[in-house]
Amino acid sequence: MIESSENSSSEEIKIIKDATCTFCGCVCDDIDLKVQGHKILEAKRACVLGNGWFLNHGVDTRPDCFIEGRPAPVEEGIERAAQILSRARYPLIYGLSDTTTEAQRVAVAIADWIGGNIDTTTSVCHGPSGMAFQGVGEVTCSLGEVRNRGDMIIFWGSNPAESHPRHFTKYSLMPKGMFLPNGRKDRTCVIVDVRKTKSARAADIFIQIKPRKDFEALWTLRALAQGIDLDPVEVEEETGNPLSLWQDLMDRMKAAKFGVIFFGMGLTMTRGKHANSEALLALTRDMNRYTRFVCKPNRGHGNVTGADNVVSWRTGYPFGVNLARGYPRFNPGEYTAADVLARGEADAAMIIASDPMANFSQPARQHLASIPYVALDPKDTPTARSAAVTFTVATYGINVPGTVYRMDDVPIPLRPAFESSHPSDLEILQGIERRVRELNRQMIRADS
Amino acid sequence: MVTEEFILIPGRTSRQGVGISEGKFESSYQEEIQSLQMAPSDMQRLDLKKGDRVRLTSEDGQIEVCIIPARTDELPAGLLFIAYGDLSSRLMGGDTHGTGMPTSKGIDVQLEVLKSA
Repeated sequence: MIESSENSSSEEIKIIKDATCTFCGCVCDDIDLKVQGHKILEAKRACVLGNGWFLNHGVDTRPDCFIEGRPAPVEEGIERAAQILSRARYPLIYGLSDTTTEAQRVAVAIADWIGGNIDTTTSVCHGPSGMAFQGVGEVTCSLGEVRNRGDMIIFWGSNPAESHPRHFTKYSLMPKGMFLPNGRKDRTCVIVDVRKTKSARAADIFIQIKPRKDFEALWTLRALAQGIDLDPVEVEEETGNPLSLWQDLMDRMKAAKFGVIFFGMGLTMTRGKHANSEALLALTRDMNRYTRFVCKPNRGHGNVTGADNVVSWRTGYPFGVNLARGYPRFNPGEYTAADVLARGEADAAMIIASDPMANFSQPARQHLASIPYVALDPKDTPTARSAAVTFTVATYGINVPGTVYRMDDVPIPLRPAFESSHPSDLEILQGIERRVRELNRQMIRADS
Repeated sequence: MVTEEFILIPGRTSRQGVGISEGKFESSYQEEIQSLQMAPSDMQRLDLKKGDRVRLTSEDGQIEVCIIPARTDELPAGLLFIAYGDLSSRLMGGDTHGTGMPTSKGIDVQLEVLKSA
């Protein structure tokens, strides 16, 4: 919804009601934006990260396209990108968590046409949880159910006060819900972490565990859920906390009406990885013998959940998918971007809304720097700077409409604030897909 | 030169998140990802003050960063924290142990004091 008014300056101020913030996986869709021309003046109800997001995406005067660092027409960039991807023997498409679902669909199509490898930032985020979902399953719910029913909220290896600042107030702790008329007073909050983070201040119970001992702590709880006797000395030595504390937590969990465990990358990025997530998912499943319990990964990027959904619709697998044989194959560790690059396998790449040149291991970065690759990003990043072809694109949610998925798999529409002079990811990817298909046809004709 | 073993936890901070939106080449983001948080008790023991530079060496890489004190009880002794970014990722290895995810938290590091601020 848009309301307009005049002010003293020449440009009209408009108010965009219920705009959607795509910075993090909370995807808050209740932000009122005050917009003047190509600038957002105010983002009402946005958190510190949302304010940073909305107030720092104004007009970018960089050219739409660079080839080998020199400004170039978009059409030339699309041609060069299509040539790079079509000629490669093992092309990699990676990123996708900060773009629209519509653009993600086209990226998967390109991977299919070129027989490439497609992976998303999920693989270096909750990819291990994705593996655990396949092994154990996920007892889950929407954030609306958490808001209205969740009376025992556990955060494990997650620090929403820094990473998802409105999580507590919008969904998990503060809201007065249908079955929680007193809001925060009706909920118990437990935080389990190796650090006493900013989030710990919000907890009724904070449990500081030893680093790299999440697996042991979760299995302690699994054993207690089953009523198995444990050695108190061993438990304290392994987890850093007395057995009585874990027993007390288990008693509270069993007494809850609707328990929720939100878990973060404290589990997935630490030794144990998918085994840690599996332990947590299995504990959640176990708890349903006594009461209702669900779990949810706290997802980072605005549409990383959309990336999982789209890649799953189109290939049957959520990330790390290889299409070289004409059908999808899934194997984390083999087809995931960090591995494909660190092992020096990919001979070309397209990076969409991601920055592996700043966030990947050194061997992976060194290999990416040695192959021709295409980058699409609204911002100047180390990855965008080193690409053979760079597209400066419009920002999703601020300039570009479309759909994103909230961390609980609920699709949310975007309500952009103003138009950008730059093309969208979707437009660039559609152009590359068209040209890749033409090149494919030419190659087939040449072969026959 | 004295070196000590620590466990490093890279993670998110609000300032790092805002810095991504402001621009990764801007000073605010760069300052945030180059600041290493240490427990005040460890700083006292090693005679370190805010701004002192240290070198961290993992099995896979080496970085140099500035020390800042962690909030009073945020970090136990022996644990370090740094905001995710270019520098923290230089300490990760390329091996993902068949998961796609390099070990990015709970990294064993050797800390070496370089010089005072």
